[in-house]
Amino acid sequence: MRRFLLEGLTRRPLTETPPVPEDAMREELGRALADASRQKLGRSLSIRQVDAGSCNGCELEIHALSNPFYDLERFGLHFVASPRHADVLMVTGPVTRNMAEALRRTYDATPDPKFVVAVGDCARDGGCFAGIYAVAGGVDAVVPVDLHIPGCPPDPTALLKGLLALLDDASARGGVV
Amino acid sequence: MTKLPELAWTRSRDFRAAPFPVSSVTRSGWSSIAEALGEGRMTLLSLWGEPEAVCMALHDAEARRVAVARLAPAKGGFPSVGRHHAPAQRLERAAADLFGLTVEDAPDARPWLDHGRWEISQPLGASRPHAGTVPYSFLPVEGESLHQVPVGPVHAGIIEPGHFRFTAQGETVVRLEERLGYVHKGIDRLMQGATLERGAALAGRTSGDSTVAYATAFAQAAEAALGAKVPQRAFWLRGVMAELERLANHLGDIGAICNDAAFAMMLAQTSVLREKVLRAAQTAFGHRFMRDRIVPGGVTSDLDRDGEAQIRALLEEIGDRFPLLVELYDNTASLLDRTVATGRVGSGLVRRFGAGGYVGRASGRDFDARRDLRYSPYDMLAFDVPVRDDGDVNARVWIRILEVQKSCALISQLLNMMPKGDILAPVRPTGKPGEGLGLVEGFRGDILVWLSVEADGTIRRCHMRDPSWFQWPLLEAAVEGNIIADFPLCNKSFNCSYSGHDL
Repeated sequence: MRRFLLEGLTRRPLTETPPVPEDAMREELGRALADASRQKLGRSLSIRQVDAGSCNGCELEIHALSNPFYDLERFGLHFVASPRHADVLMVTGPVTRNMAEALRRTYDATPDPKFVVAVGDCARDGGCFAGIYAVAGGVDAVVPVDLHIPGCPPDPTALLKGLLALLDDASARGGVV
Repeated sequence: MTKLPELAWTRSRDFRAAPFPVSSVTRSGWSSIAEALGEGRMTLLSLWGEPEAVCMALHDAEARRVAVARLAPAKGGFPSVGRHHAPAQRLERAAADLFGLTVEDAPDARPWLDHGRWEISQPLGASRPHAGTVPYSFLPVEGESLHQVPVGPVHAGIIEPGHFRFTAQGETVVRLEERLGYVHKGIDRLMQGATLERGAALAGRTSGDSTVAYATAFAQAAEAALGAKVPQRAFWLRGVMAELERLANHLGDIGAICNDAAFAMMLAQTSVLREKVLRAAQTAFGHRFMRDRIVPGGVTSDLDRDGEAQIRALLEEIGDRFPLLVELYDNTASLLDRTVATGRVGSGLVRRFGAGGYVGRASGRDFDARRDLRYSPYDMLAFDVPVRDDGDVNARVWIRILEVQKSCALISQLLNMMPKGDILAPVRPTGKPGEGLGLVEGFRGDILVWLSVEADGTIRRCHMRDPSWFQWPLLEAAVEGNIIADFPLCNKSFNCSYSGHDL
């Protein structure tokens, strides 16, 4: 173990420079965020991930955000275990009818102000599963959505861009840094 | 010993090359197969409903052959297989939910996938508006000072949804009962009437971590049903992708299991290697998970010199770094204290359930579809299959460690011997209906795809059976007698798919 610890001290970090958020995402957020919530949330966000019916592909890439290359926590973003500790719900998948109530309850358990980030193509409108008896639709069929990150699945860089846009927006308009 | 009905057994090299010969059986024939399964004379590969029938896929391990039995149920009912052979129970409950079939003398008649929330009931049978939610009754547990801990469907980590009902005495788990079906997306129904192209896309989105394996199994079934020829190079490229997928998942999970034992350094280290596998896949095949790269008839993405160089560099790096991590695992007593003797599954259970992948191989079931029901390119490669008998979390970690090394060696062989030529041949409808079977060893175990196509090449019925169907029930057994705090560790060492199971 000592070897790995020493290596960690001497080797250059693997962590990469953060990507720049895209304008389209900023615009979507600009429309969505109320000033009050921006002021309250500041530059540190707690994220609760909810799988509402995904194929687990999006989860794998969300996991990758915590690896040393992307190192999500350096931006003040971290995943929490309970919706009661969360500022952001990160929801994946077409929302299945069997998960709709669980998602709604998770949303209700998250204190205000809160954001909902829908991740993946399925989360927008159900994607390739849309219109079937078992699927309620995209995430906004069940809870209001503030930001959508497309991709099948979105890669970690795309996820980072979306989350950084959320942070920038939260702080640029009067948030506490 | 019950006498079996006449079954058209097919060897593995034959069933992937031609439409599958299905054996029609009578009710008594069906029941005698069920009894034979209960006696352990065969392994159940899957059980599924069809609009006017119910089918079973069977595996005769000694003779390395498979058969499919079909029963046309009178008045919508068929004799329960689960009554004789427990591994069939959840499959029967799912067939009942989807097709409205009655399972006669079923030991467990509760719904499985249908939570009462769909717009319609029996969505693949004579569908009708749904009557609504009925409370689900968990199995009764009786005894002194027992308490229950309900967990999920929304879990604390970044994982898929499912419900676990623990009954505990103090800290010790007396019984775990799973309730799944939360991520049921109606894939069986979406498949009906779809083109093969859309079918392949849906198959690749059934369990995201196994997108290559699912797409390969679907392609095998389609190619068999239509008697299609596939260029040699395509098989080899499928092999490279399949092994990269296995590497990525094993590397990620070895770290994640250690992380669930509070040893975060391992996850940090293996997640670096995993990320490098995904980046190599991106360079070589244009997608980190290689999604939509495998289609009936071949593959859509060729490997160029840059891609090959990237994969070779990756193998070298894993060869340098991974042994150090294995040493770290094996020399950290506090970690082994958590994994050794935790979540043990006996070899009898594993054999009875026909559990595949590292769950089976860590408990002495020496089966790997790449070797025992061979398919291209593995019929041309040299490799052995690691097996252990101890059946605990540590054994499952070790099987995965050894498989990382095997996969690296397989990729080297594939790259060295890769034939040149086309990568995709057109797959055309034959003008008559056909049925095909696909069986592929994904990282988690053997994935089965059964496909019936119409004369015009559209899909009549597609059934996909994730390895998790026969692993989830064993998790209930593995956690018994362990403390609740060790459940995440046991669960991660199984890493069953929710989405692949719920479909």
